[in-house]
Amino acid sequence: MNEEPVTYNLSCPVPHSRYDSIMMAHGGGGKLSQQLIQQVFYNAFANDELLVSHDGAMLSINGGRLAFSTDSYVIQPIFFPGGNIGDLAINGTVNDLACCGAIPQYLSVGFILEEGFPISELERIAQSMKKAANDAGIKIVTGDTKVVERGKGDHVFINTSGIGLIPDDRNISPLNCQVGDVIIINGTIADHGIAIMSSRAGLEFETTIQSDTCALNGLVEEIFKASKNIHVLRDPTRGGVASALNEIAQSSKTGIIIEEEKIPVKEDVKAACELLGFDPLYVANEGKILVFVATDDAEKVLEAMKQHSAGKNAAIIGKVTSDYQNKVRMKTILGSQRFVEMMSGEQLPRIC
Amino acid sequence: MKYIDEYRDKELVEKISTKIHKATTKPWAIMEVCGGQTHSIMKYNLLEYLPSEIDFIHGPGCPVCVTPIELIDKAISISLIKDVILTSYGDMLRVPGSTMDLFQAKAKGADVRIVFSPLDAIKVATDNPLKKVVFFAVGFETTAPANAMAVVEAKRRNLTNFSLLAAHVLVPPAMEAILSSQNSRIQGFIAAGHVCTVMGYKQYFPIAEKYKVPIVIGGFEPVDLMEAVYMLISQLESGTYSVENAYSRVVTKEGNLHAQKVLEDVFEISDQNWRGIGLIPNSGFKINRSFESFDAEKVFSLQNSKVSESPLCMAGEVLQGHIKPTACKAFLNICTPENPLGAPMVSSEGACAAYFHYHK
Repeated sequence: MNEEPVTYNLSCPVPHSRYDSIMMAHGGGGKLSQQLIQQVFYNAFANDELLVSHDGAMLSINGGRLAFSTDSYVIQPIFFPGGNIGDLAINGTVNDLACCGAIPQYLSVGFILEEGFPISELERIAQSMKKAANDAGIKIVTGDTKVVERGKGDHVFINTSGIGLIPDDRNISPLNCQVGDVIIINGTIADHGIAIMSSRAGLEFETTIQSDTCALNGLVEEIFKASKNIHVLRDPTRGGVASALNEIAQSSKTGIIIEEEKIPVKEDVKAACELLGFDPLYVANEGKILVFVATDDAEKVLEAMKQHSAGKNAAIIGKVTSDYQNKVRMKTILGSQRFVEMMSGEQLPRIC
Repeated sequence: MKYIDEYRDKELVEKISTKIHKATTKPWAIMEVCGGQTHSIMKYNLLEYLPSEIDFIHGPGCPVCVTPIELIDKAISISLIKDVILTSYGDMLRVPGSTMDLFQAKAKGADVRIVFSPLDAIKVATDNPLKKVVFFAVGFETTAPANAMAVVEAKRRNLTNFSLLAAHVLVPPAMEAILSSQNSRIQGFIAAGHVCTVMGYKQYFPIAEKYKVPIVIGGFEPVDLMEAVYMLISQLESGTYSVENAYSRVVTKEGNLHAQKVLEDVFEISDQNWRGIGLIPNSGFKINRSFESFDAEKVFSLQNSKVSESPLCMAGEVLQGHIKPTACKAFLNICTPENPLGAPMVSSEGACAAYFHYHK
């Protein structure tokens, strides 16, 4: 036991950042987002379920276990190569539930619409949400619609919340990450972020890069069929693979090492990243999942993933180590090693 | 990726590494001038491939880092004026001024927009004839020609609502300033490849001669940098001090003459204050008289403010290569990319950020 006297400090232990108002980077999925959540929301709402800091909450009700997750979608442009805000809103919440090990069941959908938004576009969005929900085998069972004055919204904002059932034999949590675990990803990274950048006003470059948005619950079921030793599942959305891995290393107090050579990135995505000065490790994905599995089952899970349409390009990208706790390292293509930090702020296009 | 993967080739890096190890017999302190080179060294951890005798001193070649705080304050003040749209490159927005950064100005209601080219800013000006559009133009000789072109284009289109807040800095005077500083321990330079793409490398001959330092023009990929280190070490070990080009696939001795012509047309050489270093004579570009109606400093006639840097930040020492970022007491304790005290922690090319992200 620690014999040192303990000093209780009633103030928030996390130093306040220098920002006294909300910056765009507070929503970027990196360190500022994390700080905001800890300082404002954990400070106000803290409870055991919330503090697990997972993609969704895992709740025990009447002896059964539920996963419950919510996400809001404010993407611009609302229609982009490979999808739109509607299917993104369905897939995103379905994937958060799947990453809790749950079988997604029901969704709620909330729309905030801006005065003047064409109903034909809303219909297009609703139709793709219907298709995405059907594909994922999930039902939209309740909803809400609000309209704000022109200029006070940005066409359409969507919130989806979902619940799913967690089978008894599953225990998925970032805290379960174990030394020796093998890390698998289901395909190429950074497609979504680059597809959005490529279609955003002022930065149109000719590209065929499509968002990877898709529901992953089907793939997750195949993963569970292949192994009983799945420890962590995480969809690396905002902040990219680098931030997701850092969060897991920090929650589980383990070290993570990945190999640059093994991380699948499409050639055109790589080229776009070079041009913009982005690191694909920090670019958002909407149809990717990181799977942490016990070594002995890794090959089995990899094969099962490759058989599924959402996992054809699956690859083993790294493993969990006992050294360098809380840190993510990368073996570069040259063979040297370096640290991979969590994203800070937003990725910003560089000067030259 | 063609023309990139070849220069990230493991075997080639190892081969050059062996040559460098063989050539190195004693300690050498060398400076890579450009922040992009610093980042490559850290990102690929090239230090693992180099003998411990080679000490890299990270140069001041990060445009975001050396832009003086007064000018950032000016950009912020301009952005907060009614009917102004301030445009700039992404990483400029996060550099702290004396009271806030441009992101905070944006959060306060300023219309601040990220653009990818000064010609995008011209487009913003064309599309918004009732607004005054300012492009905050920072950078070395590399970015200056495109900014000069934007001014030429604005004149051609008779755009009266476009101006440039220019903070261009020039590499050779900074190298001289560093070499003539009393505690300089730099024995050789890897010069900035992209600056030389524009300017050529004629300017370096007098510097090499006067200070008896070898200068090798280097690229940015691992193989480019390793080759530049090898050429530099070979010179140092043999006691020579000439200018050599290890980036000949891009850089010529004369440089890009068209780009140089447009620079001459639009800018004139001026004294320039460098953040962290101080005033260096003849080390910057300002807009010349024939284009002064496009000079934001004239358009908005702002007062020069006297502002001071955080006393804890040792950016100046870092930028001059006197210390490594890790030797600064603020590094990681109070200075992080989310809460930077100085610009080298902000920019994707800054030395402190490179250490934070890859090395520590």
